[in-house]
Amino acid sequence: MSQAKKYTGVMDWLTTVDHKKIGILYLVAGAFFFLLGGIEAMLIRFQLMFPMNDLIGGEAYNQILTMHGTTMIFLAAMPILFGFMNVIIPLQIGARDVAYPFVNALGFWLFLAGGIILNVSWFMGGAPDAGWTAYVPLSTDFSGSGVDFYVLGLQVSGIGTLIGGINFLVTIINMRAPGMTFMRMPLFTWSSFIASGLILFAFPALTVGLALLMFDRVFGTAFFDPGLGGNVILWQHIFWIFGHPEVYILILPAFGIISEVIATFSRKRLFGYTAMVFATLLIGFLGFMVWVHHMFTVGLGPVANAIFAVLTMAIAVPTGIKIFNWLFTMWGGQIRFNTASLFAIGFIPTFVMGGVTGVMLSVPPADYQYHDTYFVVAHFHYVIVGGLAFGLFAAAFYWWPKIFGRMLSERLGKWTFWTFFFGFHFTFFPQHFLGLLGMPRRYFTYMPGQGLELGNMISTIGAIGMAVGSFLFIWNIIVSHRKGAEQAPADPWDGRTLEWSISSPPPEYNFKQSPLVRGIDTLWLEKMAGNKNVTPAEPLSDIHMPSPTIVPLFMSIGLFIAGLSLALRNWLPDVFQNAGIEASATTVVYVGAGVGIGITLICMLIRSLYDDHGYHIHVDELEDDGDKGVKA
Amino acid sequence: MSANHDVQTLPPDPERATLEGKNKFIGFWLFLGGETVLFATLFGTYLGLNRSVADGPGPGDLFHLDLVAIMTFILLTSSLTSVFATMAMKSNEYVKMQLWFGITVLLGLAFLGFEIYEFVAYVDQGLGFTTSGFSSAFYALVGFHGAHVLFGILWITTLMLQATKKRINLTTAPKFYLAGLYWHFVDVVWVFIFTVVYLMGIVGGGGH
Ligand code: HEM
Ligand SMILES: [Cu+2]
Repeated sequence: MSQAKKYTGVMDWLTTVDHKKIGILYLVAGAFFFLLGGIEAMLIRFQLMFPMNDLIGGEAYNQILTMHGTTMIFLAAMPILFGFMNVIIPLQIGARDVAYPFVNALGFWLFLAGGIILNVSWFMGGAPDAGWTAYVPLSTDFSGSGVDFYVLGLQVSGIGTLIGGINFLVTIINMRAPGMTFMRMPLFTWSSFIASGLILFAFPALTVGLALLMFDRVFGTAFFDPGLGGNVILWQHIFWIFGHPEVYILILPAFGIISEVIATFSRKRLFGYTAMVFATLLIGFLGFMVWVHHMFTVGLGPVANAIFAVLTMAIAVPTGIKIFNWLFTMWGGQIRFNTASLFAIGFIPTFVMGGVTGVMLSVPPADYQYHDTYFVVAHFHYVIVGGLAFGLFAAAFYWWPKIFGRMLSERLGKWTFWTFFFGFHFTFFPQHFLGLLGMPRRYFTYMPGQGLELGNMISTIGAIGMAVGSFLFIWNIIVSHRKGAEQAPADPWDGRTLEWSISSPPPEYNFKQSPLVRGIDTLWLEKMAGNKNVTPAEPLSDIHMPSPTIVPLFMSIGLFIAGLSLALRNWLPDVFQNAGIEASATTVVYVGAGVGIGITLICMLIRSLYDDHGYHIHVDELEDDGDKGVKA
Repeated sequence: MSANHDVQTLPPDPERATLEGKNKFIGFWLFLGGETVLFATLFGTYLGLNRSVADGPGPGDLFHLDLVAIMTFILLTSSLTSVFATMAMKSNEYVKMQLWFGITVLLGLAFLGFEIYEFVAYVDQGLGFTTSGFSSAFYALVGFHGAHVLFGILWITTLMLQATKKRINLTTAPKFYLAGLYWHFVDVVWVFIFTVVYLMGIVGGGGH
C-alpha cells in the first residue's frame, strides 16, 4: 500500500489525525484559555479587593465575569480533560488509535473555532455580559451584542465536544485490546467513558437551548418572551438539564485521574474497584435527575423542590463510596509524596468540603439563604478548582513524562502544589462566610462597613497565591523542555497500567503488537509474574494508519465563518457601509453564513466521496525502532 | 487490496464486517441517542408553549387531519421502501437497492412538498415564526424535523450517486445501512410529532 504522506512543521500539526498529537493540541489550547480565564479571575478579585472599588467598573465587570466562567468551563477545563483523554485512553486500553481519527481532529478544530469566536467579542462591541448561565431576559433584552458571540461560539465548540464524546465512546466500546474486558479497564478510562456518555445526552440539550436563544435574539421569536407567550423559566430548565450533567462531565474524569494516581503512588491495587465503577455509573445517572436544585428559588413549589432535594442528596452516597475507597487504597500503602500524589491527596479533603456545602445547598429552605450568594461561589469553586483543577495538576505531573518524554522538576512541582493549595483555600474558604453574611454573586462591588472587607481582602491575596503557583508550573515546563533536561523513561513511576509499557513518548502506532490483557492493572500483573513487559496478543505484522488530512481544519473554518458572520450581525453592515459597499445588514449576514456552511458541506462531500485508505507501517520499520523509544 | 468491482460475495452483515464498519455502526447508534435528546428538548419546549398562542391562531384553528394523515402515510411508506433497499443491499442486489432508495427519496420529496405547502398555508392564516410562543415552538420542532428529512434526502442521493461507481462493497455497505437507519429514525420522530403536535392539537383544541 501507498507510502505515508509526511508533513513537517506547522503543517504536521494542522493535518494530524494522531490522537496523541491532537491530545497535545487540546492541552496547549486549553492551557492558553486557562491563562486567559485566570487573568479574568485576577481582574475580578482585584475589583473586589476593596469596597466601592472603581478599578474596572460594572459594565466591564459583567463581561469579565461572564467570560471567566464560560472560558474556564468550556474552553479550559473540558479541553484539558479532552487532551488527557485523547492521549491516554487508547494507551490504557491497548489500542493503536481512536475509532474516528478524522472526527477527532475535527472535534479539536471546532472547539478552537468556537473559543476564538467567543473571544473575538472583546474587540467587537464587548464580550457577553449575562453570566455563564445566560439567563433570559438578561441575555435577550438587557444585553449587548456580546451574547451573540456566546451563543454562536458555544454552539460551534459544543458540536466539537459532542463528536469528541462519541469518538471516545466508540473507541472504548470497540477498540480494546484482547482480554481488556470492561471490568478490567483502568478507572480513568472508565470515568471518561461515563463522562462521554453524559456529553452525548447533555450537549444536545444545550445545542437546542442555544439555538432557541439565537432565534429569539436574531429573528425575534417568542420562546423566552413572556409578552408573546414565551417562558423565561424554560431557559433555566433547558440550561440546567445540560448544566448539571456538565459539572459531572468535568468531575468524573478527575475522579478517574485521582484513582490512577493514588493507586500508583500507594503501590496498591485500587481498593474496591468494582464499587468504584458502579459508584461512577450511579453518579453519572443521578447527574441527570437533579437539575432543579439550581432552581429551588424559582418557585416550582414544595413538591418539586422536595423530590429534587432528595435526589440531589442521594449523589452524596456514591460520592462517599469513592472517597472511602481512595482512603482505603492509601491505608497501609507505601505512599510516595511527589507532586502528582500531593495534588491527588490534597484533592480528597478539598473535594469533601465542596461536597458538604453541596449537601447544604440541596436543602431547599436553606438554599433560600444561600442562593445567589458567595456561598454558592465557594461551593462550586471547592468542587471545580479543589476537585477538577487539582485533578488536572495531578494528571499533568503524572502523565507529563509519557506525553512529552520529559520529566518535570519535582522541586518546582512541590512549590507549585503548596502555593496553589494554600492560595486556593485562602481564596475560597472566606467566601463561604461572605455568602452567609449576604454578599451576592455577580455584583461588581460592595459597601464598606458591612463586614465584607476582610474576607474579600484575604480572598484576593489567596488568588495571588494561586497565580504564583500557576506561573511556577509554566516555569517548570520551560525548564524541563530546555536542551539537556532529563529524558523520561518508559515507566518512571513503576506504573500499573498499559500506558507505561511503551516508550515515552509513544511511537505513532502506540503498540507494536496488541497487548494481551490478563487482569486489572495489566502491566503490574506482568511485572509481578516476573515478565519484563506485557505479553503480546498477536504476531508482529504491518500496522495500518490513517493519513493526515487538512479537511477537518477547513470544515471548522467553514463553521467559524458562518458563526462569526451571525455573531457580527450588528457590526458587519457598518464595515461594508464604511467601505462604500451598499448592502443590507441581513444580506451580509446571510451571505457570510451561507458561504461558511457551504465550505463545511463541500468538505463533507469531499470526505465522503474519496475513501481514505491510509498507509501501512511495515514490519521491518517496526523492528528497526527497537525498544529504544521512538518519537511520536 | 484493490477496489472491488462488479459482483463479489459479501458476508452476511456487510455493514459490520470490518472494524471501520463496526465503529460506524456503533457510533451512529450513539449519535441517534444524542439526536433523541435534541428532539426531546424540542418536544419539551413545544409542550411547554403549545397553549401560549398570544394573539395568533392556535392548533385548533389550523391543523387539518387529512393533510397530516397523507403526510404520515407517505413517510411511513418511505420507511418500508428503505427497508427493502437495505435488504437488497444485504443480499448484494445493486439494481434493486438503487430502485428502492430512489423510491424512498421520491417519497421524502413528496413529504417535504406537503410540509412546505402546510407552512405556507399557516403563514397565510397569520401564524408566523414570531407570532407567539406556540408558533415559535411549532416551527422549531416541525421545521427541525423537516430539515432532517431534507438532509436524509441529500444524503441518500449522494450515496446513490456514489454507488453507481463503487457498487456494494465493504466500504459502501455501512454507509447505505446507516442512511437507512437514519431514515427510520426520522420517521419515528414524525410519529411522535403526529401524535403530540397534531392529534393532541386537534383533539385538545386550543386557539380561539
Ligand atoms: C455531593 C455533591 C454535590 C451537591 C449535593 C451539589 C449541590 C449543588 C446545589 C444545590 C447547587 C445550587 C446552589 C444554588 O444555586 O443556590 C450547586 C451549584 C453548583 N455546583 Fe454543586 N453540588 C455537588 C457537587 C458538584 C460538583 C462535583 C460540581 C462540579 C465539578 C459542582 C458544581 C456546581 C456549580 C458550577 C454550581 C453553580 C452553578 C451556577 O449557579 O453558576 N457541584 N451545587
Ligand atoms: Cu447541579
